[in-house]
Order: sequence, then structure tokens, then C-alpha cells
Amino acid sequence: MLSAEALQRIDRELAKYPAERRESGVMAALAIAQDEKGHLTPELMAFVAEYLGMPAVAVEEVASFYTMYDLAPVGRYKLCVCTNLPCALRGATEAVAHLQRRLGIGLNETTPDGRFTLKEGECFGACGDAPVMLVNNKKMVSFMTPEALDRYLAELAK
Amino acid sequence: MDRANPQQLAALPVEFKLNGRTVAGRADEPIIETARRHGIAIPHLCYKPGMRPDGNCRACVVEIKGERVLAPSCCRYPQDGMEVTTDSARAVGAQKMVLELLLADMPEAGPEGPGQRASPYTRESKLDAWARKLGVGRPRFPARAQPRADLSHPAIAVNLDACIQCTRCVRACREEQANDVIGYAFRGEHAKIVFDLDDPMGESSCVGCGECVQACPTGALAPARGAGLVVADRKVDSVCPYCGVGCLLTYHVKDNRIVQVQGRDGPANHGRLCVKGRYGFDYVAHRHRLTKPLVRRPGVPKTGSFVVDPGHWQVAFREASWEEALDLAARGLREIRDRHGAKALAGFGSAKGTNEEAYLFQKLVRTGFGSNNVDHCTRLCHASSVAALMEGVSSGAVSNPVRDVLEAEVVLVIGSNPTVNHPVAATWIKNAARRGVKLIVADPRRTELARHATHVLQFNPATDVALLNAMIHAIVEEGLADAAFVRNRTSGYDALRESVRKYSPEARAPVCGIPAPTIRAVARLYATARAAMILWGMGVSQHVHGTDNARCLIALALVTGQIGRPGTGLHPLRGQNNVQGASDAGLIPMFYPDYQRVDNPEANARFERFWGRALDRQPGLTVVEILNAAQKGAIRGMYVMGENPALSDPDVAHARAALATLDHLVVQDLFLTETAYLADVVLPATAWPEKDGTVTNTDRMVQLGRKALEPPGEARADLWIINEIARRIGLDWRYAHPRAVFDEMRGCMDSIAGITWERLERDSSVTYPCENEGDAGTPVIFTTRFPTATGRARLVPADIVPAAERPDREYPFVLITGRQLEHWHTGAMTRRAGVLDALEPEPVASVHPLDLAAWDAQPGEVITVASRRGSITLYARADEGTPRGAVFIPFCYYEAAANALTNPALDPFGKIPEFKYCAVRVTRGGAPPRRLSFGGGQAPLPAPADA
Repeated sequence: MLSAEALQRIDRELAKYPAERRESGVMAALAIAQDEKGHLTPELMAFVAEYLGMPAVAVEEVASFYTMYDLAPVGRYKLCVCTNLPCALRGATEAVAHLQRRLGIGLNETTPDGRFTLKEGECFGACGDAPVMLVNNKKMVSFMTPEALDRYLAELAK
Repeated sequence: MDRANPQQLAALPVEFKLNGRTVAGRADEPIIETARRHGIAIPHLCYKPGMRPDGNCRACVVEIKGERVLAPSCCRYPQDGMEVTTDSARAVGAQKMVLELLLADMPEAGPEGPGQRASPYTRESKLDAWARKLGVGRPRFPARAQPRADLSHPAIAVNLDACIQCTRCVRACREEQANDVIGYAFRGEHAKIVFDLDDPMGESSCVGCGECVQACPTGALAPARGAGLVVADRKVDSVCPYCGVGCLLTYHVKDNRIVQVQGRDGPANHGRLCVKGRYGFDYVAHRHRLTKPLVRRPGVPKTGSFVVDPGHWQVAFREASWEEALDLAARGLREIRDRHGAKALAGFGSAKGTNEEAYLFQKLVRTGFGSNNVDHCTRLCHASSVAALMEGVSSGAVSNPVRDVLEAEVVLVIGSNPTVNHPVAATWIKNAARRGVKLIVADPRRTELARHATHVLQFNPATDVALLNAMIHAIVEEGLADAAFVRNRTSGYDALRESVRKYSPEARAPVCGIPAPTIRAVARLYATARAAMILWGMGVSQHVHGTDNARCLIALALVTGQIGRPGTGLHPLRGQNNVQGASDAGLIPMFYPDYQRVDNPEANARFERFWGRALDRQPGLTVVEILNAAQKGAIRGMYVMGENPALSDPDVAHARAALATLDHLVVQDLFLTETAYLADVVLPATAWPEKDGTVTNTDRMVQLGRKALEPPGEARADLWIINEIARRIGLDWRYAHPRAVFDEMRGCMDSIAGITWERLERDSSVTYPCENEGDAGTPVIFTTRFPTATGRARLVPADIVPAAERPDREYPFVLITGRQLEHWHTGAMTRRAGVLDALEPEPVASVHPLDLAAWDAQPGEVITVASRRGSITLYARADEGTPRGAVFIPFCYYEAAANALTNPALDPFGKIPEFKYCAVRVTRGGAPPRRLSFGGGQAPLPAPADA
């Protein structure tokens, strides 16, 4: 299901925990699996569950909780805007509306060209930079005013 | 003075104020429970006594003086001087707000009509009840978008529109039953209850135990087809009729039908049940039920080769009155006895009947037929274990109850698949493992329990003695034996030590397939544990070396002193609900009641006096021996009560041929079984919920089953039938009620002498030995001595005896037989239970996926499995737990009878056949098994046109 390299990376993460606590590595394992396969299918999650020796439902609970995990295919750029209170007070609602207008899609939708997916996120722990947006689960973009968003989208379009 | 331990400290009284009154609580008792004890009801939804409090719903909040916020009383414990108010305006306001918010999520129309927000799926919604009680009216909040129903499971309806996300189902599934299917996934307003990877329940790995349904406070998880809405006429407390765990339960009866079953707080189950115990009762109302006595039509031949259509008894039988049928049945037996002698007759009783039936049946054979030719299916399950236990410790019963696993430090489960065969016992084992008890699972098949184990020993089939002797070798060699225990409480140690000398783990590792360091590690773990317990099943007993296997287990416990204390001991898990009781009652050829040997002159004299008849001193024949004798013409007549040897015995072609040669066969059963089809007279009997009586579970608990239903048609109570047969063969019997039989049993069975019927009616369950009235009962035995003449246990060495039929070029695979979770024994009951039949309708063989691939076959394809004795076709199921080179087939499917293949070779001591090992050949393809599923009984199907 996963490449030898991916399994090696998972094993490396598992080495951080006691041998009988393999489930501690579930978040890392899911991230590595998703990096390799694009998104987490039920088959992939079942594989991770089996590999870590944990119940499938426990993997489902983790994978469905965090916005960084994608249970369905996403576009080339997954834009995830934090809409929790501090970000909302600093313009996140406007940022989401702006992105919806610019991309012509709603939340949890992907542009027809497959370039962008728009999502709502939960607190990314950077309220001082509000509003913040997480791009492709790894890159944090700060102070997302409509102007900043336009500049960023232009950059991605290059 | 000793210091108090934390448990003792926690149990000390704590004085605090509850609504102005000073009350005594406990540091380990949540405030809500103290309040309940003082008559103060606090609303609660996510809290359920016995379950870990989660405190998520906040319906139980109370005010504590000096604290800024309200506290959930379900997970808050009192402190000295605390002042708690449950009924202040602030507390009640918050409680009502929680109820109102949750009620707003309920569907629009409840049972009380449109406009009402209430659960439409149960009349016992806790939310609705509390809302009524606190006067919460129509909620002011908007409704939520409601999820769709999931009706994919045959037994359980999932309607999450009534879900309040209290997670009681999650805790029931994962923390109580440890099945790990239900979860609470997603986030925020999207959060919801899921099964596995958000699968429909019917496609998930759910095992249908229904614990979640019992836990759900709102009917979001409810019995399918609206059964939860039926108002029961009455509720009857009883015991589960399936496995030996002996779960107490309550039937909900409406119009003489069981509409629902709830787990009851019994000592073995504490409210838990499995799929059979909860959903396996509609068989009693199946259209195949025999409702009139049947007499064989003249000229209908008996042959060993036939297919029974249980709905069409007319082809071989005619209806008769009870008077005629009983006269015919008894006359045939009497004539054979008088013409050919007592030993030309034999009787098979049943481990599914009550203690009283078993006792009367063996008394009938011994005093009426005049021989000891009486046996039952214990011969096919734990006869070898009992033989070894009688020899070693002079007692065939378990030393400790299953729930003692919670007291152990190490638990060894060998040759047993309890998640399937003893599901509720398995939950305690899983709970123990989660609490840190080290679990060793030894079995040729990797079963569900392995997931919870610290050590999994998937040893080669039939190499138990090699593995166990290697463990004993390691213990002896490494000085881990309990020298004091061996010296003071055992005999025969030197011979044992000598015998295991040649079984070094290093030498035996290649034989059993377990690396020597693992054998040693497990041996050390077991020997050095504070308390270690062994549980075993048919994987140990059903071999030609079954007695040797059990001898090794007994030796293991004895040399390490792991017996006679809580959390230790030997526990052969009993299969049938009353196999322990039927054996105790003397339904075996070599023992009178309470295991008094028939060839012991003292016991013989005692029973001759007690029963007022001369008794035969020669032990009788066992199950397989009786059928062999029938084939040879030595046995000419049989009385079979509730057993189906034509499907349960090894090499059924032989068994059927033997039954067909009998001059006279009387069968007493619920359905026209394969055995009944060969009968001269068939007597329609009662099902378990249709009669009163006691049964004894695997923990030695004598438990009372109560009548909940009237039997259909002219079906009569088994006890009455035995009584009537007895009177017609010359016994002057007048047993009017099981109570009278039980009282007689107390007179000849010291172990239960102290148990009164009244106490059973009051307590439902008493553990024997209970020799004097008023004794509490004895869950743990052998604490100071063994019940042998010397008080010492006997160590008996065992050497390797190979399986009787090993794979060869012609038959290269090993056949292992056993059971499935959903089906019981030969399936006479469970294949007629709608839910169980829907879950497992067709015969399957489990094989390793790589073996499947080697035959170029896909899962679900038809395969043919043949042995030297027969051939069957059935569907292949891929199972990574089955070792390569082996096939596992459940024996409940008459259309693909595993016992057409099995080898009738016997263990020389226990006379148990080798069901767990014979050589077979597997090929892809074959005529698919004719689909003859019986379907369930609750909704009677129209009778066939020609019936």
C-alpha cells in the first residue's frame, strides 16, 4: 500500500515512542501516508491501523478530526483559513468571502481546473498573525487581508 | 498496625452536605450516587452506573459552595465539609438548559404525536423522561440538519437523529466489550458516532453484541424493526441458553413472543450479552417447531444417507396422540430391555437441558434401562480435560471463575477462541489485558484475542504437548518451580521432572514452531507471576492426546503453585450452557451424580439405597462407543433427548448408519433434526424459555431459568416426558415440578446440598460447592487442599502422541473444526434465529489467503474439501489467522457438514474424538451447497403449499 521509503519514515517516527505504544505514531503515519497518496482513503487508513496495530475506528477519529488530513481528493493548493474567534475578529470571515469570490467556489469545494480547494480550519496557534491561512497543510501564511490574498494568489498562479 | 491502602482510604466515609442535609458519602463514590442513595435524583444522560463517567453531557451539574462554576456530579467526588446543592435555581436552570438544547436536536415527531420533540425509537428515552420530569417543554432552539437512518444491520437500527453524542455506546463498545467498532469522529458541529471507517453498521466489523443498544439513552441505537417500541406484557428474569458463560438476562415478552432481551447483572456477565444471547431467541417460534408427537410411517426405510427437510416431516412420519406416542416409545425400549438385556439400550441426554432433566434422564437409564450406557456431548468437548482433572485434582470443574482474570497478573489462553465461543468471558479477558494483565494467547489459529495479547504463540497444530512440556522443562531447569507448593501439595514431581528432561525448548522449538527464547520467556512470565491463570477450550481437548494436553496444563499450574488463590488456577471454558451441570448430575457413563464412580462399591451402595434399585457396577459406553456398538448390533434401542449425534459426531456417515440400524429410536427435540429423522417416535419438547429449571455455568454457578413462554401446540416439558417414559418402563415416578427433582439431587450431591430452590428464586445464582444451607458459595477452590484421598494433587507426565491422521500426499491439508460466533453447535437453534441466520447464512471454510491464491481461487468461491470419510463443498473465506496448510470449518452447517470429514479416532482416556485434526484435500470448485437457510421465526413464513 505504501512505498518502502514511506514505511521507513513511519518506522522512524515510531522509534520515538515505547515499542508497545505504536499507536502514538498515528498522526505522523497518517501525514506520511497522505503525502505519498494525496489523500486518505478508507483502505489507506485501514492499512495504517493494521500497521500500527490499532482499531480502524481510532484512526478514523484522528483523521476526521484534524483539518490537515484529507479524506477526499483536494486540489493542487489546499487553502485552509482559520475561522476561530481571534482570526474571525481580525477579518477571517472577510478573507473566506474574498477567496470564495475570487475562486468561484464554496467551502470544501475544488475549482474545476483542480488547482484550488478551499477549507475552513481550526486554530493554528498563530493568533498574533491573524487572520492566518494554512496552505497544503504545511505552509502558514499570515495577515490575510484581501490585498494580501490577491498577491498570494497571483504568486501561486505563476 | 498496617497502613491503609488507597482502596481502603477511598472507601472511608466522607461527610458532606447535600441540599442542607449532612450525609455520608465515600471518597470513591461520585456525588450523583450518594444523592441517589439519599433519594435525590439528579438528571443525567451520559452517565450510566458501572460505566466510566465521562461528564460530557452536563445534565447532572450541581452547585458546590465556594466554587465559581457548576460541577458535574457524575464525576465529582465529595470531600469532608463540602456543601452541595442539587436543587438550587442556578443548578436546575443549567440542568434544564442542557435538556432543552439536546431536545432541540431530537426529531419532530415522537411517540406522543407530532409537534413533540422526542425520540421516536424507544419509549424509554432517558432524555424524554428527564425533560418531562423537569418540565422542559417544546425547545426554543432551531432543529439541526438531521442525518439519515442506517438500517444496514439486521439486529440494530442506527438513527443518529436521536443521538445526543453522550458516547455511552462508544464506552460500551470499546471499554466494556472491547470490540473497538464504534467511535466519535469528525469535529465541532460535524462530530458524530461512526462505525470503523465511517462504514454502515452492517458492513462494519460490528459483532452485534448489542451492548451499545443497551447503553443508548435515547434509542438512537435501537433494536431493529421497532422492537424497542413494543410495550412488553411482562419481563421475565432468566439465563442465556447458549454457551457456558451463563449470562443472566431478562426477556421482554409480548403476546407469547420474546421481543427483546436485556442483559441482567449476573455474577458472570454484569449486564453484558453477546449476539446470540441478545438476538437468538426467535427460533422458539420457528415454523419448523414440532408441535405434535410423530410416529414413523410403516415401511419408511432408515438409511444412513439422506437429506432432511425439517418442514416436511410428513414424508416419514404421521402425527400421534401423546398417549399413543409415549406407549410406543416406552414399549419399544421395554421390549429390547426384556429380550436382549439392559445393555442393549442406551441414552443420550443433553447439555442444553436443565440439571433436573439431566439428573432424571441418567436415573431413568440407570434404574429403568438397567445399565450405565448414558452419555452426552460432554464426551465431544471436555471429556479429556475432565479425565485429566479427575486424575490430577479429583475434581472436573474449574478452580476459579473467568472473572478472576481481573485479579491475575498473567493469563494464558490456549486452544480457545473465546471472542467467538464465550464472547462475554472474552470481554473480561480483554478488559484484564487493557488493565495491564499480561495475556498469552497460544493457538494454531491467530484469533481476535491475539490483538489484545502481549505474547501470541501460533504453534503448529497438535503440538501442544511439545510446547507445554518445553515450558515445564524451562521452569524446572531455571529453578522457577514453587518448591514449597510442590513439596506440600503435590505428588509425582520426580517422575514429571524426569519426563520433561528431554523436552528442552531448544529441542522442541522446531516441532511446535515457536522459537525457544519465546517459550522460555512465556514460561518465566507464567511461573514468576504474582497470580497466573490458565483458560483452555476445545483446541486442547479434542485430540487423541487431549488428556495429555490437559495433564500438561495441570502440571504447569501445579509446579509453579499457580492454583488455589484468586487470579490463578485452571479453567476449561465450558461450551454448553449446562455441560457442567449435566456432568455434575451424572449424565456420564462412569459416574453417578457428583462424580461418584459407578465401579466404586461404596458409591454403588449409596445410590442403590438412595434410588431403591439394584444398579450395574460396570461403567457404560461413551457416545462414540455407543454408536459403534449400535452398528455391531449390540445396542438395539436408544432414547435421545435434545442431542443430534447425526450431525455432531465425527464421521457422520458412520454415525447415521449406526443410528439407522437401531431397532428402536426415540428422539425428544424441538425440531426434526438429522437424528430425529431416523427415529421411530419423535416427542416434541420445550425450548429453554418455555420451562423452569436450573443450569450450571462454567464458573460452577447454579442459576435459575424461568419460564417466559407457553410452548407451541402440544409440545410438552422435557421433565414431564422423561417422567412419562419412566412410568411406562416400570418406574413409579411422580415428579410434578423441577423443584422436587432439585431437592432429590441435593440429597445425593454434597456439592449442591446447601442450595435451596427458594434461594435460587431469590438470588438467581449460587456458586457450588455450597454444602450447607446459608453457605455463601465457593468461587475459588483448592485453597488449602485438593479433594483427593491424600489432599495432594497428582502430577502426571505426558509424552508426545501424534495426531491419528497426519497430512500426506493424497490429503495434504489439516482440517480444524469449531464454531462461529453466530451459530451454536449443530445450528438447530441459531440457524432458525432470524438475525443470526442473516449474519451467517452460508457454510464457509476459512483458509489462508496465500493458500487460496495457490489454488487460483478467490474469496467467496466454492471449494471442495474431502477426507477419507467424506466430501463437502462450501464457500472459501480468506482468513490470515488460519495457518497455511490448514482449513477451518464450523460444524453447524448440515448442508456442508464438517463432521462428514472428521476422524472418529478417540483419546484413550477421555474417549473424545479428534475433531481438531484430520487430513483433507482441498480443490477449487464443486457443486455449490444447496442454499437451505431456515430463516428466523419471529415473522412466521407461510407454510409450503403442499404441507
